[in-house]
Amino acid sequence: MNIEKKILKYSSLEELVLKLNRDGKQVFAPVKKDNIVDFAPVSGLYEMAEDYIVTVQSAKFVVFPNVETLFEIETSKDKITLKDKDFNSIPEIILLGTRPCDAAGFNILNAMFGGDYQDTIYSARLDKTTLVSISCNKSDAKCFCTSVNGNPGATAGSDILLTRIDNNDFLAEIVTEKGKAIVSKYPELFETVPEINKDKYMADVPVEFNLNGISEKIYSRFDSDIWLEQSLRCIGCGTCAFICPTCGCFDIQDAYDGYSGQRKRSWDSCGFSLFTLHASGHNPRNVQSQRWRQRIMHKFVYLPEQQNLLGCVGCGRCSRSCSANMNLKELLIHLKNVIENE
Amino acid sequence: MNEQNIYLPYLMRIEKVTDEAPLVKSFRLTFIDDEVLNNFTFKTGQFGEYSVIGEGESTFCIASSPTAKGYIECTFRQAGKVTTALSLKGEGDIIGFRGPYGNSFPIHEWKNKNLLFIAGGIALPPMRSVIWNCLDLRKDYKQITIIYGARTVADLVYKHELKIWDEMPDVKLITTVDPGGETPDWKGEIGFVPTVLGKIAPSSENTIAIVCGPPIMIKYTFPVLEKLGFAAENIFTTLENRMKCGFGKCGRCNVGKVFVCKDGPVFSYKQLKELPQEY
Amino acid sequence: MESIRKKAKELLEKNAVQVIIGYGEGLDKSVSAIFVRKPENAETLIFDDRCVHNLAVYLLKNEIKALGKPCIIAHLAALRTILQLASEHQITEDDVLVLGVTHKGELMEFAGFKDIEKYIASANIDISENEKEIINKLEAMTREERWQFWVEHLSLKCIKCYACRAACPLCYCSRCQVEYNQPQWITVEATPVGIIEWHITRAMHIAGRCVSCGECYRACPMNIPINLLNYLTVLTIKEKFNVSAGTSADLDSVMSSFKSDDKENFIKQS
Repeated sequence: MNIEKKILKYSSLEELVLKLNRDGKQVFAPVKKDNIVDFAPVSGLYEMAEDYIVTVQSAKFVVFPNVETLFEIETSKDKITLKDKDFNSIPEIILLGTRPCDAAGFNILNAMFGGDYQDTIYSARLDKTTLVSISCNKSDAKCFCTSVNGNPGATAGSDILLTRIDNNDFLAEIVTEKGKAIVSKYPELFETVPEINKDKYMADVPVEFNLNGISEKIYSRFDSDIWLEQSLRCIGCGTCAFICPTCGCFDIQDAYDGYSGQRKRSWDSCGFSLFTLHASGHNPRNVQSQRWRQRIMHKFVYLPEQQNLLGCVGCGRCSRSCSANMNLKELLIHLKNVIENE
Repeated sequence: MNEQNIYLPYLMRIEKVTDEAPLVKSFRLTFIDDEVLNNFTFKTGQFGEYSVIGEGESTFCIASSPTAKGYIECTFRQAGKVTTALSLKGEGDIIGFRGPYGNSFPIHEWKNKNLLFIAGGIALPPMRSVIWNCLDLRKDYKQITIIYGARTVADLVYKHELKIWDEMPDVKLITTVDPGGETPDWKGEIGFVPTVLGKIAPSSENTIAIVCGPPIMIKYTFPVLEKLGFAAENIFTTLENRMKCGFGKCGRCNVGKVFVCKDGPVFSYKQLKELPQEY
Repeated sequence: MESIRKKAKELLEKNAVQVIIGYGEGLDKSVSAIFVRKPENAETLIFDDRCVHNLAVYLLKNEIKALGKPCIIAHLAALRTILQLASEHQITEDDVLVLGVTHKGELMEFAGFKDIEKYIASANIDISENEKEIINKLEAMTREERWQFWVEHLSLKCIKCYACRAACPLCYCSRCQVEYNQPQWITVEATPVGIIEWHITRAMHIAGRCVSCGECYRACPMNIPINLLNYLTVLTIKEKFNVSAGTSADLDSVMSSFKSDDKENFIKQS
């Protein structure tokens, strides 16, 4: 597959952000506020954070927001009216500054929300989203994208991938039709490029482990003590699932005051103690070790089986934000060692 | 199922309410939209998400047979927020319905076989759909035996239909109540369903067993069936799990490599054995 | 650090306890809670300036209780937590062996809760000056300004991950108020109203019980200074009732006990 390459000068990227805003798009970029870097709307490139590995939260909120109204409810004495979601009111969003791991996360969510029952709300949002990712020129100890089929310069999932080269300028790889559409709309901003090897600008993310063929082995350890051992310090909050780019579990609740309301979908986590509680009181996963096992199994065994995709992109967010320091890279290395030495 | 928005339910009118047992009710429902009414089909074993608009959704099977046209039926026990709100609804009221979801009983693979239905308590509703579906295609099946038990006589659901099945000459019905649950004029068996099954000891020869009940009943019924010579691939059940979306996205009913809502809820015992025991 | 490792090894060898709840180091040198069950692994215990997490949160977790009697390495806030949990009848002296560590890093062996009370009485349990300053600034704002502060820091940032609840050792309800739906007291979703409802409710449930350990702030992935809400209740309760949580194993619940000398100056003449 031949990906077209262009040069996007720093000043041209500044122009691009201004023009996109002017032309009615919402541009979201990583912004530093109160000591954390997270996605926020920006009207100018100057607002974007310079120094970040990844944002605290993933970018999944654009296609899978924390709270999504599914439809509106209006009731009167003898009538119930359900008003469908206005798909036309979904805004066009440009995500600037997503990392290759974030972009890979979208591919996984796309598979989960598609399939036999296409989630049309998700796909309507996805259609209106464009990813202009920036590849990684540095990483930290919690990154492990190269161990889960990713790399700091991967184009998969991005519409345009920018790589910072000399002079603060960017090499732009135009990956998809959506990316091409931006180039055709603002051709003056994109210049032709001499041959540039982007590899020398990439962060070095050493491969820590190879998960090929590991799924069946992990599954065979379903009843092992290792799940308890690893999860003793887990406090059972929803942080890892909520900030993870590939977690898509949700709850459906009605908000209704007797006259009007909405049915809403909101983020949920298999790590919460009541996630699988039956109305009868029976809870198939009523201790934390079972819930920790479910997290690992779902990402590294079940999802690969169902969708042929590994359910983790190695961004390390869960490890950075976990207050109990559940370091996923370390725990996977530990798991692999235990499995292979038993 | 709404093409545009898969979360948007159909609106249905409650045509008939039946009090089956303490805290257990049945609704007969019809679609308000004629076009949906005329085009709606489902297969036996499938379920739906029934909602009280404004309160939430709850998962039950479709308890009527696909052979019954113009309506669907559901039976539920009042247990939580949504079922309590449902139990306050009456004839003429409107509720929501999303479905049909899930897989179905492979009744066409059972042609020319004997059928043994075993159900307990509130788990008769999913069986009722498949029992009626098979009875409506009676010529396709050989001997039909139904073993049904509940804790007490009052807890037996579909009492009216139990009578109909009892009076059918080509159906063998055995009803039982738990020891202590009988009334003075009770003429059926007394004993737990697995025990009664062992006592009746139906032949496993050319027979499919379909079991539905609370987890504890199923746990003790499977070994009895295996002892009677039933192969695991000839024993079927339908799993109950906490479900929300019904179509394999919200993650709640993920058990091992399957979603109970999408890859089930009907499973053979052989398939169940391959799942982690997390349901 | 050495004294902790030595003591831990000894306790495990004697089977006086079955698990040591302490601090350990990961491969990348970050600190987390560890649960040592074999004497030879006592070497992995550490204690230094980085060990700030309140380990008492693990005392009431079912799978940890199932391991047997624990010994816990407790700093000042954890010690207060243990006494507060004892006041609330969640643990007894026999349930846990407490090893304290002074701010100078010295190991203290406590014979029982009375010993812990004595130590706490001699320690400074005030909220830090820095934090008091921020709270005073908040209190000096107008009601509207203060509301705006919390809207900006909570409603627009909180993602309802409930890490604050999970990290708080006093939030041990097996079914939290937000998890009841008959009726749904607190909106589940992360809507602006739902977020404020949750935090106000939690602040009120923690009032009188908070030991100002700061775990809620440390745990929050969005860096929200949610501990300020709780610290305000700590200051208010000290002022109105002259009581601090976690100072004794026999404290009455300050928010639900009536004492005949309670001031009733909230009743105003019309």
